[in-house]
Amino acid sequence: MTATLTERRPRSRTGRTGATPTGTSRTGTSAWTPWLYLLPALAVLGALLVYPVYQLGLISFLEYTQAQVSGGEPTSFQGLGNYTALFTDPQFRQVLLATVVFAAACVAGTLAVGCALAVLLTRVRALPRLALMLAALGAWATPAVTGSTVWVFLFDADFGPVNKLLGLGDFSWTYGRYSAFALVLLEVVWCSFPFVMVTVYAGIRAVPTEILEAAALDGASQWRIWRTVTAPLLRPILAVVTIQSVIWDFKVFTQIYVMTNGGGIAGQNLVLNVYAYQQAFASSQYSLGAAIGVVMLLILLAVTLVYLRVLRRQGEDL
Amino acid sequence: MTAFRVRRPGRLLAEAAALLTAVVVAFPLYWMVLSAFKPAGEIQSTEPRPWTLSPSLDSFRRVFEQQDFGRYFLNSLLVATAVVLASAVVAFLAATAVTRFRFRFRTTILVMFLVAQMVPVEALTIPLFFLMRDAGLLNTLGSLVLPHLAFSLPFAIWMLRGFVRAVPEALEEQARIDGASHARFLWTILFPLVLPGLVATSVFSFISTWNDFLFAKSFLISDTSQSTLPMALLVFFKPDENDWGGIMAGSTVMTVPVLVFFVLVQRRLVSGLGGAVKD
Repeated sequence: MTATLTERRPRSRTGRTGATPTGTSRTGTSAWTPWLYLLPALAVLGALLVYPVYQLGLISFLEYTQAQVSGGEPTSFQGLGNYTALFTDPQFRQVLLATVVFAAACVAGTLAVGCALAVLLTRVRALPRLALMLAALGAWATPAVTGSTVWVFLFDADFGPVNKLLGLGDFSWTYGRYSAFALVLLEVVWCSFPFVMVTVYAGIRAVPTEILEAAALDGASQWRIWRTVTAPLLRPILAVVTIQSVIWDFKVFTQIYVMTNGGGIAGQNLVLNVYAYQQAFASSQYSLGAAIGVVMLLILLAVTLVYLRVLRRQGEDL
Repeated sequence: MTAFRVRRPGRLLAEAAALLTAVVVAFPLYWMVLSAFKPAGEIQSTEPRPWTLSPSLDSFRRVFEQQDFGRYFLNSLLVATAVVLASAVVAFLAATAVTRFRFRFRTTILVMFLVAQMVPVEALTIPLFFLMRDAGLLNTLGSLVLPHLAFSLPFAIWMLRGFVRAVPEALEEQARIDGASHARFLWTILFPLVLPGLVATSVFSFISTWNDFLFAKSFLISDTSQSTLPMALLVFFKPDENDWGGIMAGSTVMTVPVLVFFVLVQRRLVSGLGGAVKD
């Protein structure tokens, strides 16, 4: 475990042995210094992230309900019992499917809107650009809870301006399963497209103008330039924002919870996160909730591995 | 892109589209603030108008008097500030370790930080609940500070790496030659230089903590004096009789600090984020 401050340091030190007394130059750093600096972070993460993940896995293999929590009954090992129960439960499979489809729709919507507006930003002068940027920053900064309350109010059957504007009368968006999902989707896209827009816009601006000019001089159409020059250069950035969006949208909790009042009528709008919460804290089925958590963890871990491979392929050194 | 000959009508069309989009995107926030200031009669009107001729503070008054919103606001602020300060120091030290030193398991640790970002924190509510119960922290603000500190750290470290790396090594060399200890270099030279990056990072810690609703809902079960804003807000949701004026006033109170914070650090945020994405 040899720690040197940088690769260059030892060399420069030997280069200056005459000027600096070598004995005192290693002030305060030793092989343990980086570990000392890492200690607080590792301690916090170990206690509040790694240990809970381990506990989550453990609970998912036990029978752990209100009786065990209060100490009335001993905990018993269930093996894969909770997982079998989960995957034979039609509601869980429905929730899993809904989560995947909903997250996919959110990602697609966020990316489409974000990229389209990023391109739009490159086509306009400073003032409209500033207006759009500020509006997007506002949406970005809005807390998920208040974003949710505002969107529910906007689409309220009685007092909302949207139904009035669209002439929908007292149509209730949260009553039907798909309209409720659509409403949440709109809110999610609204609060997550700014990240994509700002990032992709920065990426487009980083494309060298000479290449674009050369292509334009060669008579390429705008669409052709976008498809053959800009898009390939943007691919790494697009990969990163896509995977970030997948990770965020797969974990949506607050929006569903607030907008559909805890998962919709008869649980029609449940997604995994909300379902796990309801199982654990509403029905005291802690072990089932933990098993759902493990399933989510594994799915997101798979996405993360893809993310890492993308980073690697871009030749990132960590 | 200025060298591009964009046809004028095309650009005007694009600018009209950009402005229209800006209006649509900003509309929910406008409506929130507007509704917060509308008198009760106008909110409960089935003919909603996009303006009000008689703004009133009734909704705000109701929120602060009935719900003790001031207290919840302070609680939220306290939790978020504690997380921001603690995570800034801890993340700064960790980011320094992984960028300015070469040591065994360095890459492993970096990958761990990346993987840690992906953990769905909501899934950990169950084990954290038991952990907080055993530590006697249920119903205290500490039960919110600790998990949020843990969850904001990996991303903060990941983002700070770029800022720490950007500080030239010559400075470190110089400080060493001048006889400064490494700790001194760390806190009097490196820390101030990395501060802009810390600010950008803090926005994310602040927002995720300020927004938190699940942990507050799960860990602050019986002591409502320890409530934070999101939970207090939901009190105004009643089946079929939502107090929309109260909800919008509360939402405004909760959103404005974040908006202000965001606009203040906006430039650093975008550059910081660019760095994080490129890294």
